[in-house]
Amino acid sequence: MVILYFLIAVIILIFLVSIGIYNSLVRLRNRVKNSWSQIDVQLKRRHDLIPNLVETAKGYMKHERETFTTITEARSKAMGAQTVGEKAKAEGALNGAISKFFLVVENYPDLKANQNFLAVQEELTSTENKIAFSRQNYNDQVLFFNNKIQMFPSNIVAGMFNFKENEFFEIEDATERAVPKVDFS
Amino acid sequence: MWELINSNKQKSIGLFIIMGICLLLLGSVIGNFYAGDSGWVIGLIIALIIWIIMSLVSFFSGDSIILAISKAKEVTPNVHPQLFNVVEEMKIASNLPKMPRIYIIPDTAPNAFATGRNPEKSSIAVTAGLLSQLNRDELQGVIAHETAHILNRDILFMTFSGVLLGSIVFLSHIFLRSMWFSGGGSRFRSKSSSKSSGQLQMIMLVASLVLAILAPIMARLLYFAISRKREYLADATAIRLTRYPEGLASALEKISQTDIRLASANKATAALYIANPLNKKGSRLSNLTNTHPPIDERIRILRSISKGANYINYQNAYNRVKGNQGLIPNIIPPSGISDPSNILLKKKTKAESRKDISKTHRDVGDLIRAVDKYFFIQCVCGLKIKIPPDFKKSTLHCPRCDRFWKVPAVELSAFRGIIGDKSLKKTISSIEAHNMEPFVYERKGSGWETFNCSCGDVKQISPTFSKSQFVCSKCGRKITIKKKEQTSDE
Repeated sequence: MVILYFLIAVIILIFLVSIGIYNSLVRLRNRVKNSWSQIDVQLKRRHDLIPNLVETAKGYMKHERETFTTITEARSKAMGAQTVGEKAKAEGALNGAISKFFLVVENYPDLKANQNFLAVQEELTSTENKIAFSRQNYNDQVLFFNNKIQMFPSNIVAGMFNFKENEFFEIEDATERAVPKVDFS
Repeated sequence: MWELINSNKQKSIGLFIIMGICLLLLGSVIGNFYAGDSGWVIGLIIALIIWIIMSLVSFFSGDSIILAISKAKEVTPNVHPQLFNVVEEMKIASNLPKMPRIYIIPDTAPNAFATGRNPEKSSIAVTAGLLSQLNRDELQGVIAHETAHILNRDILFMTFSGVLLGSIVFLSHIFLRSMWFSGGGSRFRSKSSSKSSGQLQMIMLVASLVLAILAPIMARLLYFAISRKREYLADATAIRLTRYPEGLASALEKISQTDIRLASANKATAALYIANPLNKKGSRLSNLTNTHPPIDERIRILRSISKGANYINYQNAYNRVKGNQGLIPNIIPPSGISDPSNILLKKKTKAESRKDISKTHRDVGDLIRAVDKYFFIQCVCGLKIKIPPDFKKSTLHCPRCDRFWKVPAVELSAFRGIIGDKSLKKTISSIEAHNMEPFVYERKGSGWETFNCSCGDVKQISPTFSKSQFVCSKCGRKITIKKKEQTSDE
């Protein structure tokens, strides 16, 4: 009889602990989702800013058609990307196009002094920083979540309810990589 | 990260309790001294009431009191878009639940502080001088440092313990002063007690005196030590957020090079600022009563970080600079150091050329006016006309090129009331020149002359008045003066 009670108590305890772990896993997963949506917001903002940039610069840079097409194409490609991997790649290309664009701008002092252009440039710089910081935040959250999934005892609950590890969001260009690279082997 | 915040919170509570006990002890000693045997209870209760009221006040409105003392004014994004962008970036990086409210202090000395109750209700204040002197990376470093204070829950702690410290100092000050003037409490005046209890009284008196002198000093030293440690920790957290130590380092360098003192800072609020606003340039003494670590030491630590942006890298740099013999051996709580992941630093950007000093001065002036809700109109001749908030006229005269501008009344009132009005940029560019029909007046002689402008305002011109044109101060109309003598001579 005592053994029975003891067993029941143990089962209830395990059940309660599992509920706690399950809830914390859900919370972490939602945080990951939320920080991913933050990146998305900023990426979309950047896509919206690029036409503005092109519009302001067009009057000054009449002979740079190639630069304009590169940046516009990179933008539409980035807007079409679907998976995390694809997105990372396309956004990396867009990054490259934008920095090339600003290198070209260096040759146009009139444009650099234009108030409207400066405002767009500040917005774009800020959006790029926001992308970098939200990526930083997303990767932190993914790291927390993946650690939880792999560690005992939460890995058992994670296995039962099919929680999957998330992908890190890393930019293709190696010099651009400012996030911790974690080796799971 | 979370463990770090928790350990910080626990320490704050611990310190808060220690200082509270200090206050209660002081209260009971003073009560005992004045009201005799059972007086300590009264003293204790009074001290407790003071503590509770002070804590409630500082919890609910400590931030607004501090902001008001510092003469900080809340601003909207159009006053300084870059500042808002930078704060939002830091909000994203630190995963704060809400954007801090942003204040600007109209002062030319560069400095900044953060205050508030918790990350949901926090404020960041920066001076106009800071904004005009720092470039984007440096500003980001400073804002990251302030965000770190919010993130590490330093803001409420600093407000709370500052208030507690204030009450302790206040109580002991009153006590010692009254001792000085009255020459003793009730126990000395009543001479009924026997000899043996008289000795006890002497001991009690000495003990209470010692406590009254020591309590504020101890509380102060404790407060300063913790405050210094928090500054280092906030620097470390700032680097973890921005991954760019050079930004904060050169910002601190610029702040330390100034010899302007922040007018609105005082001893009570000094501990809140990013760098001690009361220290003059060149004071490098590291002593026990400083609220801040010596600034050039902080710069050296930041500059010697080379490997990564995690807490452990900061601790290592700190050990290197201090040579393991600093006052505080471990500035980062163990949970922060145990995080092994290597966080790469951002690449150094090329140094920006120094800003033109006169331009910086103009920037400060414009910024302070923007904070005071001035409205700017860019004339086509390039002059930026500053319209004060109580400007009533509907037209404006450009003193440089003599053009007339219509003041956009609706937008002006919107600008004064507003929060983030986007149509503003459009209006400024769409303002067209507005010329009212000028009033022509022909001079009758060469003495004093009086006439009415077509709006009815009385004008007087002196014999020496030589301009051919001026502007009516009431309606803004151009008034042309024709001189009689010239025409008659020819």
